Amino acid sequence: MKDSIISVHYLKKAYGEHIVLDGLNFEVERGSIFALLGENGAGKTTTVRILSTLIQADSGTATIAGYDTHHESDFVKQNISLTGQYASVDELLTGEENLMMMGRLNHLDRKLVKKRTAELLEQFELTKAAKKQVKTYSGGMRRRIDIAISLLASPQVIFLDEPTTGLDPRSRRKMWSMIQQLAKNGVTIFLTTQYLEEADQLADKIAVIDNGRIVEEGTAEELKNMIGDENLELTFADFRAFQHAIKLIHGLVNEKEQRITIRTGSIESLRRLLNTLYEHEIEPSSVNFQKPTLDDVFMDITSRNTKELSANA
Amino acid sequence: MRKSNLYWSITDGWTMSQRSLKHIFREPESLLMAIGLPVAIMVMFVYIFGGAIQTGTDYVNYVVPGVIITCAGFGSSLIAISVTQDMVGGLFERLRSMPLLPSSLMIGHVTGGFIRNVIATTVIFLVALLIGFQPNAGFLDWLGVIGLLSLFMLSLNWLFVAIGLIMKSVETANAATFPMLFLPYISSAFVPTETMPVWLQAFADNQPMTPLIETLRGLLIGTPIDNNGWLTIFWFGSLLIISFIISGAIFKRRKKE
Repeated sequence: MKDSIISVHYLKKAYGEHIVLDGLNFEVERGSIFALLGENGAGKTTTVRILSTLIQADSGTATIAGYDTHHESDFVKQNISLTGQYASVDELLTGEENLMMMGRLNHLDRKLVKKRTAELLEQFELTKAAKKQVKTYSGGMRRRIDIAISLLASPQVIFLDEPTTGLDPRSRRKMWSMIQQLAKNGVTIFLTTQYLEEADQLADKIAVIDNGRIVEEGTAEELKNMIGDENLELTFADFRAFQHAIKLIHGLVNEKEQRITIRTGSIESLRRLLNTLYEHEIEPSSVNFQKPTLDDVFMDITSRNTKELSANA
Repeated sequence: MRKSNLYWSITDGWTMSQRSLKHIFREPESLLMAIGLPVAIMVMFVYIFGGAIQTGTDYVNYVVPGVIITCAGFGSSLIAISVTQDMVGGLFERLRSMPLLPSSLMIGHVTGGFIRNVIATTVIFLVALLIGFQPNAGFLDWLGVIGLLSLFMLSLNWLFVAIGLIMKSVETANAATFPMLFLPYISSAFVPTETMPVWLQAFADNQPMTPLIETLRGLLIGTPIDNNGWLTIFWFGSLLIISFIISGAIFKRRKKE
C-alpha cells in the first residue's frame, strides 16, 4: 500500500459556464516530487488554490495528510505552505525582515524565528543579501526568498506554482537543484509547470492536465516512451513522392510543408521504414531527428483524449 | 500551548503594523507627499491667498484645521494603494494559506496608516506654530481635538482599506485618492463657505468635512461650535462603522474567489 499524502477525488470547479476542473483524480506519495504539467488555462493554478484551501471546489474531495481541505482547512494550513506564481514578498523590507515577519505570522516563537531565518538564508544562498531590500533582488533571488519563506514553519507539503516561469536558464537550474534538495529532506513537493523539461528533471511522478482533466499520469520515462524518444521528420521536395510516401508510412502528415513526422521506435523499425522508402525509390529532401517537446506530448495525449471522448459518446 | 484567537489577532495585527511602519520610512516619497504637500498648501494659502481672504481672524489660525484634515485625508488615501498592492501581489494569498486570521492584514494597514497620520499631523502643527499659529485651546479642548482627529483618521483608514480591497489594480486605487485631495477645498477649510456660489455652498455646508473643520477650529481658536461637534461624531462615527463592516464583508467575499 502506497503512502499518499495528497488524495484528490472527482474534483470539480466551474466559474459560471466555464468549467475549469472536470473531475480531477490523483494521489501524491509522501516525500515525492509531483508535477502537474499543463498549458496556461489547463487548471493548474485552480488545483493548487483548492489544495491550499484558498478556494472551495464545487464537488469532489481533496485531503492532505488526512485532513479535508475544505472542512478541516485549519489543520491543512498547518501542514502546507504555498508559493504562488507571483513572488509574495514585501519589496520594501529586506530579505531577513521578510523571513522574520512571516515567521512571526506563522506563530513560531521569537527564538525559533531567528534560528530558522538564519538557516534558510544560508540554505538559499541569501546570507549576503539578507540586509538588502527585496526590490533590489534579481528574479531568481526573489523566488528563492519566496520559497525560503514557505519553509519557515517546516511544512510537510509545499506547493510551488510555476516556480521557474520567467527565470533565466541559470537561475532555473539553480532553482531545480534547490527543489531536489528539499525533497531529499523529506518534504513532499507539489509543483505545477508548463515545461516538460522541468517535470522531467524534477518529478517522481507527472500528471498531465488538459481542460481540467488528468489525461495522463506516470513517470517522466513512461510519458516520453508513450510518444517515442525522438521524432523523425521526413520532408519531400517532390509532391508525387510525398503522396506516395503518405500511403506507405504512418505518421503525422503536414500537407503544406509536405512533411511526415514519425515516432521512432526501435532501430529495427527505423531501418525497415527507410528500406521501404528506398525500395519504392522515394527520396526525402531532408531527414530530421526531433526531440519530443511538450507540444508533442500534448498533441499526442490530447488528440487521443478527444478521440476517446468521441468514441465513448 | 494554544493561545486564544484574540491574542493572535492582536499579535498578528501588530506584526503587520510594524511592517507598515517600516514602509513609511522605506518609502520617503509617500511620507514627503503626505507631509510636504499639505505644508506647501498651508504656506501658500497663508502667504499668498491669506491676505485677500477675510475670515475675521488671522488667516493662519483659520486655515490650520483645514490643512490638517487635508493632510490626514491624503495620508489615509495612500492606504488604498498599499492594500491593493497586497491583494494583486501574492501576499494576501500566502497569508490566507497560513494558519492565521488574514484580517490582521487590514489591521496592519489601518494602524500603520494611523501612525503615519500622527507623524504628518505633528509636523504640520509644528510648522503652523512656526508661521504664527496661536491656538488658545485648553487641556480638554486638546483632548477633543485629538479624539476627533483620531476618529476622522480611523474612519478614513477603514474606508480606504475597503476601497483598496475593491480595486483590481494599483492604478485605479491611485485614482481613488484624488477625491480626498479635493474634498476639503469644497468646505470651510480654506475659505468661509458664504463666499461660494449658492449651489456650491449648499454642498460645502452639508458635507462632513465642514462640521469637522468648524469643530476643530472652535476647539483650537474658540470660534462658535454649535451642533457641529455632534454632527462630526455622527458623520465619522457612521463612516467608521460602515467602512469597518464593508471591509469585513468584501474581505470575506474576496476570500471565496
